[in-house]
Formats: sequence, C-alpha cells, structure tokens
Amino acid sequence: MAVLEKQRVPGRPALRARGMSLVWRPRYVVVLAIGVAALVLGMAANIGRGEYPISIPDVLAVLMGGGDSGQRFIILDLRLPRSLTGALVGGALAVAGAITQSIARNPLASPDMIGLTAGASAAAVFVIVLGGGFGLVGGFLAAAGLPMAALVGGLVTAALIYGLAWRRGVHGFRLVLVGIGLQAMLLAIVHWLLVVAEVFEAARAYVWLNGSLNARGWEHVLPVSVALVVLLPAAFLLAHVLGALQYGDDTARGLGVPVNRARSLLLLVAVGLASVATASAGPIAFVALVAPQIAQRLVGGARPPIGMSLVVGAALTVIADVVARTAFGATELPVGIVTAVLGAPYLLYLLARYGREARA
Amino acid sequence: MTTPAAPAPAVGGLRRRRLAGLALLAAVLVAACVASIAVGAKAIPLDGVWHAVFTPTGLGDDIVVRSLRVPRTLLGVLAGAALGLAGALIQGHTRNPLADPGLLGVNNGAAFFVVIGIYAFGVTNLYGYVWFAFAGALVASVAVFVLGSVGRGGPTPVTLALAGAAVSALLAALTSAVILVDVQTLDAYRFWAVGSLAGREVEIAGQVQWFLLAGAVIGLASAPALNALSLGDDVARSLGHSVRRTRTMGIVAITLLAGSATAACGPIAFVGLVVPHIVRSFTGPDYRWLLPASALAGAALLLVADVIGRVVVRPGELQVGIVLALIGGPFFVWLVRRRKMVAI
Repeated sequence: MAVLEKQRVPGRPALRARGMSLVWRPRYVVVLAIGVAALVLGMAANIGRGEYPISIPDVLAVLMGGGDSGQRFIILDLRLPRSLTGALVGGALAVAGAITQSIARNPLASPDMIGLTAGASAAAVFVIVLGGGFGLVGGFLAAAGLPMAALVGGLVTAALIYGLAWRRGVHGFRLVLVGIGLQAMLLAIVHWLLVVAEVFEAARAYVWLNGSLNARGWEHVLPVSVALVVLLPAAFLLAHVLGALQYGDDTARGLGVPVNRARSLLLLVAVGLASVATASAGPIAFVALVAPQIAQRLVGGARPPIGMSLVVGAALTVIADVVARTAFGATELPVGIVTAVLGAPYLLYLLARYGREARA
Repeated sequence: MTTPAAPAPAVGGLRRRRLAGLALLAAVLVAACVASIAVGAKAIPLDGVWHAVFTPTGLGDDIVVRSLRVPRTLLGVLAGAALGLAGALIQGHTRNPLADPGLLGVNNGAAFFVVIGIYAFGVTNLYGYVWFAFAGALVASVAVFVLGSVGRGGPTPVTLALAGAAVSALLAALTSAVILVDVQTLDAYRFWAVGSLAGREVEIAGQVQWFLLAGAVIGLASAPALNALSLGDDVARSLGHSVRRTRTMGIVAITLLAGSATAACGPIAFVGLVVPHIVRSFTGPDYRWLLPASALAGAALLLVADVIGRVVVRPGELQVGIVLALIGGPFFVWLVRRRKMVAI
C-alpha cells in the first residue's frame, strides 16, 4: 500500500514554500476528517454523561452558544474542561510518541522509555504524600503545585538521563539503558512513599499514578494548550528531518541533515509535550505507544504522521474516559486503566502480525 | 561438549579468571552471611555468631541468631540466588540484555493474584500471600509463553518480550482497578509490593524450597543447550538441539525460580537485571559458568542490600527492594557509561 502510494506521488499536485513541501493526499484528508468527527462525538458523549445527563444535541447546542444557564454552567465550567484536558493530553502524548518512535525507528519506543513518567510520578507522589507536612507552603504546593512538581520532575529526569547518556553524542541504546537505571530508583522512591503514606493519601497517589482526568478544570487545559501551540509547529517544521533519519544516521548526514542537532531538538519537543501532558493528567498508559501506530496504519506512509497521531491520540483518550466513567456503574476508574486494558491487546495484535509476517 | 563461545587461545587465562571470579563471589557471599547474622537491632559480635551457629546453648543471643537472623539470611540467599539465576536464563532465552524475570509477567501476575487474595478471599498474612503469588506468577508466565509461541517459529526472543509487555500491562491495569475500588486492599497490598526479607522467614522459605530446587536443577541443566541456542536457532538445530524443548525448559526454570522468590519476598527488581551483566564480565558468554556465577552473585547482592537496609535508617529498616534500586540504579548507570556492555 505504502509503496503504491509513493509511486503515485509524482502525479499529485504539491504545495511548496521555502524548502518545505506538502503533497495533496485525499486519503489523509478523509481519514483526518473522520478522526476529528470521532473526537467531537466522543467529547459530546463524555460531556453529556454524569449525574445530570444531557443529550448529545443539547451538548452540541451549548457548545454552539445556546442552551439554558444550568446546562451552560455544568457543561462549560465542569465537564468541558475535563474533556478538553483529555483530548489535549492524549494528543500531546501521541505526538510525543510519534516523534520518539520515528527517532528510535522502533514502534515500541514511547516517552515512558526515556524515564519521563517515572520522574514526574516520583515528584507528584512526593507532593501528594509529604506536601501536607510543610504547613502553609505545603498546602499550597499540594493543591496548585502538583502539576508543576510533576512537570519539573519529568523535565529534570529527562535532562539527567540525557546528560548521563551523553558520550560524544547520544546513542539510542545507551539512552534507554540509563533511563532504566534511573527509573528503577525513582520507582523505588514512589514505592517507599506509598508505604510511609497515610492510606488515603496513598489512594490519591495511586489514582494519579494511573493517569486520571477526574476534577480537571480550565487550569489544566491552559498549560497543555500552550505547550501544543508552541511545540506543535516546531514538531511539524522538524518533521521533514524525520524522513531522512528513517534511513539511518549516515544516510541522513549524506542528505545534509545535521543528525545530532536535529535529534536533540526533536527529543526536546517530545519531552516537552510528554511532560506537560503527564503533569496535567498523570501517566496515561499506552496512548503514546498506540496512537501513532494506529495513525500510521490509517493513512499509510513510512513513519507515524504527526497531525493524524494528534487526532487519534485525542479521540482515543476521550473515548477511553467515557468508558472509564460509564462501564463500572457508580465507580469511576482512572482513564489510564482503560487505555492500558485497550493497549495490551494491541500489543498482542502486533505480536500476531509478527507471527504472520514470519510465515509469509 | 565443546565450548562454542570461548576463544581458543585465551582458554587458560579465561579459566583462571573465571575461577578467581567465582572464588571472590563465594568470599563476598560468606562475608555477607556473617554480616547478615551479626548486624541488626542488636549487634552480635563475631565470636557470638560463631558460637550461636556451631555450639548453641539456647540462651540470649543464640535465640536471636537461630530463630531470626539465620532464617532471614537463608531466605535472602535462596531468593537472591533464584533471582540471579533466573535473570541470566531469561536474558539468554530472550537474547535481550535488558530482560529481567519480571518481563515474563512474573511480578505483575503475582501482584494481581495477591490483590485478588486480599480483596476476594480476605487473606491477610504473608503466609497466605505465598500461594496466591506463586499461582499468579505461574499463570502469567504460562500465558506469556503461550502467547509468545503463536508465530510459526515457536517462542522467539521478540515475541516473548512483546507478549511479556502486553500481559504485564494488562495485569497491572487490573491490579490497579481492584486497588482503587477498595482502599483496604490497597492498604494491605502496598506493603507486599515492596520486596522485603523482614518477617517472612522460616516457614516461607520452607514453603517454596522444593520449587526453587527444581527450578535451579532444570535451569543449570539447560546450560549446554543454551550455549548452542546463543549461536542462533538454526545453528542450535543443526547441532541437534531442539529449540522448542530448550526454550520450554528455560521458561519452566525461570517461572519456578522467579515465582518462588517473588512469592516469598514480594517483587524484587534489579537483581535479575544487573547480576548477569556483572558476572558476564569475567565468565564471558558461556552459560555453564555464567549460570552458577549469577546464582552466587545474586545471593551476595541481595544479602548485602538487606544488611545495608538494616543499618541506614536505624532503628527502623529500609526494605531490601528499595535499597537494591537505590544503590543498583547508580551502579547500573555507571556500568552503562563505563564501557561497552558484553553483547549477548
């Protein structure tokens, strides 16, 4: 399929500007439209659900500016920010995954591998468990500082891993190994904090550790939006470099790509997106791994497409949140549990496909 | 049986290096055992240790040593050796230098069954957890092995790793779901989830010892076949080894070893991951040396970490699983930076 498309490209109209080029692909546009539609419907269903159910047409009416004041309050102040956080976080994670998978040339590479999640988790659990113990400052830290702590924890860990893995350039394998070493330490700290914590604090920490959208408001929407607005264009601009990296470092150098700098910049974008996303909603499992792969299967091509990954990741997370809130009666589960339960069979599907390819 | 992996000219030197390495490991292990018996809430002098072990009177220090310290030390040796050996086996079978026994789903399987035991059956003590944990480890690794075998070539390194990751993620999510629904289960589970040697001594070691022994025998016996397998599946087949039988033996051994250790002490990471890398630096890739040396090194490492955990936060103690990660992490990073890892 991918090969066929490549052969057809020369006959297609191309848009060119300043060394960037874009090929008009009808399939991409159609799939993208379907993806956006799924995302909007998922969000409408998610917003409609709750103790005070609102029908999907009413939800859409409120979003267009109509509806009565009660509905407007529930939707615009309570449920919309939660759904938006889910969509943005899912999208950011998926783009981060698409970038890391392209750089590592490995469909299993996701931001968790570079240790981000563990650093963010350790910092967040630290604040949840010990935050109350430092008086006023602690109380403030525990409330407003949790996402900030997670963000700083994730970024510091990423910097540490990158620095420790640097020896005349960063080799992918060494990066992963160093990440594993640091992750083990950070997770041990998390386990220790969970043991010394009061049981209800431990439960709170556990909810965060599984990736949750519960009680997310506009203050959670803002940071992820800003990160996406800043980093997404950078990701698109750098995306044409990814194509050259696909063929290996030497080929990319031969094509005039400054390999180390390009890779560092792209990693930086991925780390930024993933850590802001993790800070907002906790480490939501498997979105960064699965969404880029689904996006690639939907539109074809040699590597995970960034724009499509964004839409798939957002739709996936929002729909998983609907399931997490509805499937278990009165109990609302963290969305990350649902994405993990959905993601595991996907890995098994990869496995089965691997078996078929080995046979062929 | 020839040694396919040993380079011919260096055999004499290599052999000396291997023997020296084994001797050093044995010495470290003995020292760690003595320290493990001597160090604790009540420090016992060395002559007291000797006295209590070899000519006990049943009074004073002797009771502490014989009823608490010696069983705890013994459990540490058994679990450490099992994890080291299992780590070397799984790295060989998956040809993945990052593999540890947890990759087969052992840890998450055990955790899920322990949580079910607490939540559905009201099990509250460590002796009760053992069988749930052991059953969970067995079920998970059998599932991983079966799922990893669906391709034509039977279980291959890649399919095993993928199946392990998938099953582990699924079980971890299910474990979280149960824990989040019931706070009391979380309260009991979080103490099991940190690997520790404390309070799980005599009976627990007794409960799993035969499984450990069987796993060790099967694992060590598979060394020559594993050597052949490390040359590639096709070479192994042409040398007359059955790849499928060797892999099955390996998985059975890993499951028994890691499952028993996890059942007895809770999930302990790092021993299985790090030990084979350290040991490989003096044994080379020959599994007939690598496997026993990994068992020795695993036992020594676990005991040393346990002793450190008893010393650093007196009068309390830090669980051995946490100590291992906190000292093992930096050491591992240093190892990665220092030089090229010996390839598998």
